[in-house]
Amino acid sequence: MAPQKTETLPIKTASDIVAARQAVRLWAAEMKFSLVDQTKIVTATSELARNTVQHGGGGHMVMSIVESGIHQGLHLVFEDKGPGIADVEAAMRDGFTTAGGMGLGLSGSKRLMSQFTIETKVGEGTRVAVTRWK
Amino acid sequence: MSKLAEIFQKHQDDIVADWSKGMSSANRRKDLISDADLKAQSTELFAAIAKASKTGSLSDIEGSDWREVREILSSISASRAKQGFTPTETASFVLSLKQPVNSRLRKEMAKDPEGLIDETTTANGLIDKMALHTSEAFLTTREQLIARQQEDMLELSTPVVKLWDGILALPVIGTLDSARTQVVMESLLKTIVETNSKIAIIDITGVPTVDTLVAQHLLKTITAARLMGAECIISGIRPQIAQTIVHLGINLNDIITKSKMADAFALALQRTGKIVVSMNKAAAPKKTEHGKDN
Amino acid sequence: MERIPILRMGSFLLVTIQVDMHDQLAMTLQDDLTSAIAKFEARGVLIDISSLEIVDSFIGRMLANIAAMSRILDAHTVLVGMQPAVAITLVELGMSLPGVRTALNVESGMELLHALSESPEETEADGAAEN
Repeated sequence: MAPQKTETLPIKTASDIVAARQAVRLWAAEMKFSLVDQTKIVTATSELARNTVQHGGGGHMVMSIVESGIHQGLHLVFEDKGPGIADVEAAMRDGFTTAGGMGLGLSGSKRLMSQFTIETKVGEGTRVAVTRWK
Repeated sequence: MSKLAEIFQKHQDDIVADWSKGMSSANRRKDLISDADLKAQSTELFAAIAKASKTGSLSDIEGSDWREVREILSSISASRAKQGFTPTETASFVLSLKQPVNSRLRKEMAKDPEGLIDETTTANGLIDKMALHTSEAFLTTREQLIARQQEDMLELSTPVVKLWDGILALPVIGTLDSARTQVVMESLLKTIVETNSKIAIIDITGVPTVDTLVAQHLLKTITAARLMGAECIISGIRPQIAQTIVHLGINLNDIITKSKMADAFALALQRTGKIVVSMNKAAAPKKTEHGKDN
Repeated sequence: MERIPILRMGSFLLVTIQVDMHDQLAMTLQDDLTSAIAKFEARGVLIDISSLEIVDSFIGRMLANIAAMSRILDAHTVLVGMQPAVAITLVELGMSLPGVRTALNVESGMELLHALSESPEETEADGAAEN
């Protein structure tokens, strides 16, 4: 089924990360996710948006409400045209970091969401799609 | 376009009128749904059927042309399931369309008996399929209802109790699956904040088995409680569970465990700066003092 | 520029984080707090995050850093008021903030700070055991 509602937000600066968090929080609350689920979704948004800014050199986030059978979900896509990730497997490991962080951005957001896919090509960019089902 | 579809287009209003008439006289559930609502639902549904039959197949309603019909059917069944209709009553709503459609066919195709039989068979098959769809949608709605009730039950099944100022206990009884553990743990953490409790005792005496996932949830909860500034004590670990935990390689080294809830409570009291004193012992020195005085 | 205020209460510093923190704001807080510890010779820092709706790995790292830096500067840090949903998420994310002391609210946090700064040697050992 086609998404019921979509919106695209630019993710270019640190203030865009805050804006993305707030937009996602609003949607998740409207969809009546529990407080814990809302917090998980917003935290994952923060991690992935920061990756887009810090590693991808900026990009955008597409948020949409999707449906599968009796379930409703919040679907987020983070896309950038940055350098891409050479070793995705390593990047998905806990503690892997190139930016001096905790290295929990990708692996942590995967644990916070129900579905997680990453497509990346060196020199072309990265696309991370996540969904949290109710 | 088949003859049936043509008749659907041409006589849409008549068929709906016949259908509504038939239904309103047979509507035994006027307590649950008004004739007006029934009429509105049938008009909407039949308009969608007429539209879908123009382009879609008449022997299969799974195609994209029939999507709108399927959606209307699902929403009708869902609302009826919630209103308290039986599956039979819900399916009868769609099946009662047979009567007006068949009589219309008979009228229009009186001169072509063979064609009439074919079209009647197609029409009945189509309506049966739609009736089946409502039954399935009805069941889905019921399943959702059950799932929601199960969730509610989960929340009720394990109460968090206050043992003393600043000390909570969570006696877990029965099998802990992931969903239940999550619900229970969330309510524990919430109660910790609400009651401002520094210590929570999780008693698992009534838990028959612990698997890796459940142990992980327990550990996560304890870590989360620690982040919030509260401490957890696990009590009542059965010997079999202790064996499983070690065999599974789960590290409980950083966790305080006590064999009995009473020991855990004593420790909790001690941590919050309280002790339990026996009345006899407390009274004993007084007696000797009295003795001296006398 | 926007800044998070740092309150001084005797030999303790009190910070209440109430806004959805911009990354830069978090970095500024880290700088301001370490300078304030040195300037006021603070013995303890209390960070109240009861109004924070999320703590991601960036803020988590900043909190862990503040605790580690203040320890080097001979001050204890106590983090208070983390919401249950935030704590659950942080654990799921993979951050358990080892080495950061916590308390349920400002009151118990203050008690803990007093206890910590009154008996420094014992608390060091205690801290090591608990972490």
